Amino acid sequence: MEATKKEQNFIVSVSPHVKSDETTSRIMWTVSIALLPALLSGLYFFGPKALFVTLLCIISSMIFEHLYFRIVEKKSAVGDGSAFLTGLLLGMNMPSSLWSVSPFTIHVPIVASFVAIVITKQLFGGLGFNVFNPALIGRAFALISWPKAMTIWSAPTAAFFAMDAKTTATPLGILKEEGVTKLIEVFGDKMSLYQQLFTGHRAGSIGETSAIALLIGGLFLLAKRYITWHIPVSFLGSAALMAWVMGGKGGLFTGDPIVHLMSGGMMLGAWFMATDYVTSPSMKTGQIIFGVGCGLLTMLIRLKGGYPEGVMFAILIMNCFAPLIDRGFRSKVFGAVKPATAKEGSK
Amino acid sequence: MSSHNNTNLKELFLNGIVKENTIFKLALSLCPSIAVTNNLKNGVFMGFAVLFVQVMVNLTISLMRNFIQPKVRLPIFMLVISGWVTVTQLMMAAFVPDVYGKVGLYIALIVAFASILARAEMFASKNSVVPSIVDGLGMGVGFLFALTVISFFRELVGKGSLWGNVIVDTKPLLIMILPAGGFFAVGILMALFNWINTRYAAKGAHASH
Repeated sequence: MEATKKEQNFIVSVSPHVKSDETTSRIMWTVSIALLPALLSGLYFFGPKALFVTLLCIISSMIFEHLYFRIVEKKSAVGDGSAFLTGLLLGMNMPSSLWSVSPFTIHVPIVASFVAIVITKQLFGGLGFNVFNPALIGRAFALISWPKAMTIWSAPTAAFFAMDAKTTATPLGILKEEGVTKLIEVFGDKMSLYQQLFTGHRAGSIGETSAIALLIGGLFLLAKRYITWHIPVSFLGSAALMAWVMGGKGGLFTGDPIVHLMSGGMMLGAWFMATDYVTSPSMKTGQIIFGVGCGLLTMLIRLKGGYPEGVMFAILIMNCFAPLIDRGFRSKVFGAVKPATAKEGSK
Repeated sequence: MSSHNNTNLKELFLNGIVKENTIFKLALSLCPSIAVTNNLKNGVFMGFAVLFVQVMVNLTISLMRNFIQPKVRLPIFMLVISGWVTVTQLMMAAFVPDVYGKVGLYIALIVAFASILARAEMFASKNSVVPSIVDGLGMGVGFLFALTVISFFRELVGKGSLWGNVIVDTKPLLIMILPAGGFFAVGILMALFNWINTRYAAKGAHASH
C-alpha cells in the first residue's frame, strides 16, 4: 500500500528522461502563458462570447479530469495544468459563435472537452500515453458531430465588448469557394489582406486568427527551449513550398504561400499543437519528417480535399505515425550487441 | 438426470449470450458490427441472418459429424456454411429487398465469420444434435443482442430516430452513424457490458459465500 502510494507521486512520462528542475506542471503553465497573446487577441476580436467558450472548455476539461480521477480512485492530478492546457487549446480552436442559446450549441464545448480528456487522454492511459492530441480529437469530434454549429464564424469586431457579431466566411472558406481574387477583393487589396491576416482581423477560431500573437508565443517557447525549431519550421516550410508550387490557379509556382501560412489554424497548429511532446517524435530527424508530413497533408487537404482547412486532420494523421517514426529514427544504443538487439526487437 | 441435462442446456444457451458473446467478449465479427449497425433495422436483420445461419450450420454439421473425414473437415464446413448463407441471401432478397440492398454485402461475408466456423469446429462436430442447436441458438442470440444494442444506440444518438421513425428532430451526435462513431459505440458498449458482467459476477461470488 505504501509503495503504491509512493508510486502515485511519480509522474510517468515518455522519453527523453532528462533530469532537470522542469516539471510537467511547469511546462504546462508556461505553454499556457505562451498562448496568452493569441487568446487576448481572440478576445479582442470576438468579444465576450470568445471568453465564455474558452472558459467553458477549460472548466469542463478540469472537471472531467478531476471526476475521472475520482471514479478510478486515483490521486487527482488536475492541478498539473495539463487539463487546463487541453481546455485552453480546445477553446482556442472553437468558433466564438458556439456561445449561443438559439440554436443551442453550448453543449458542444462541453462534449468536446469530455472526448478530449476522458476518451482521448485518460482511457489511453493518461498523460504521456495518449496517441492523439486530445484537444484536436475533441475538436474533430465536435466538427464531425455538429458540422453546422462548428462552422459559423463571427466576423471580427475589434472591440472587447461587442456582443452581436455578424457571421462571415473564413479566408480559407472564401479561397476554397470563390478563389484568391475574391479573397483580395473582400479584404480590399493584397497589402491589407496580408496585414489583416497578420494582426488577426479575420473570421476563424478564437485563438487561431492572429499570426503575430501566435508567433510571439511560439518564439517565447523557442527561447525558453520548451520546443525546438524542427517541427514548426519543417511544418510551415513544407506547407509554404507546397502552397507556392501547387496553390495557384495559373499553373505551377503561382500560389500564394503567405496567405496559406497565416490563415486557418496553420500558426496555432505548427507552434502549439504539432509540438506536443507526447504525440510527436522525440528525435530531431523524426521531428522534421513529422513536420513535413503535417505540412504536406495540410496543403493536400486544403487544395484537393473537401474541407477548406486541413491542419487538424493533418496533425492527427501524423500523430498516428509518431511512434513509427520514433522507431525508425531512434538513437544508436552504444555498446549493444547486434543479436541481442534483434531479440529485443522481436519480443 | 433430465433436470441435470436441462440446466446444462440452459447454461449452454446463456454461454453464447453472456460468457462468450461474439462481439462483446470474444471481439470477433467486428466488421459487420460496425458496418451495418448505423440503423436499428439493418442491425436487427443482420443479427437474425447470423442467428439463422449459426443454428442451421450447427444442426447440419452435427448431423453429418460421423461422416466427415477429419482431413477435409474445414472445406466441408465452409461448403455447409456457404450453402446456408446462400439460402439466407435468397430469402432476404425475396422478402426484405430494401434491407438486403444495404446489408447484402455483409450477408455474403457471413461465410467468413470466425464465430460460425469456430462453433462448427469446436462444438457441433463433437456434439449431438440438440446441444448443437442450443449452442447455435445461444451464440446467434448473443450476436443478435449485441447488434441490436449497438444499432439501437447508434441510430438513436446519431440520427435521433429508431427503426426509421423520427424521435428527436435534430441529429444529436452525428458522428455516431459515421464509421468512426461505430468504433466509439462498440467500444463504449463493450466496456459497459463487461462492467455489468464483472459487477454481477462479484455480487454472485458474495452471495455464495
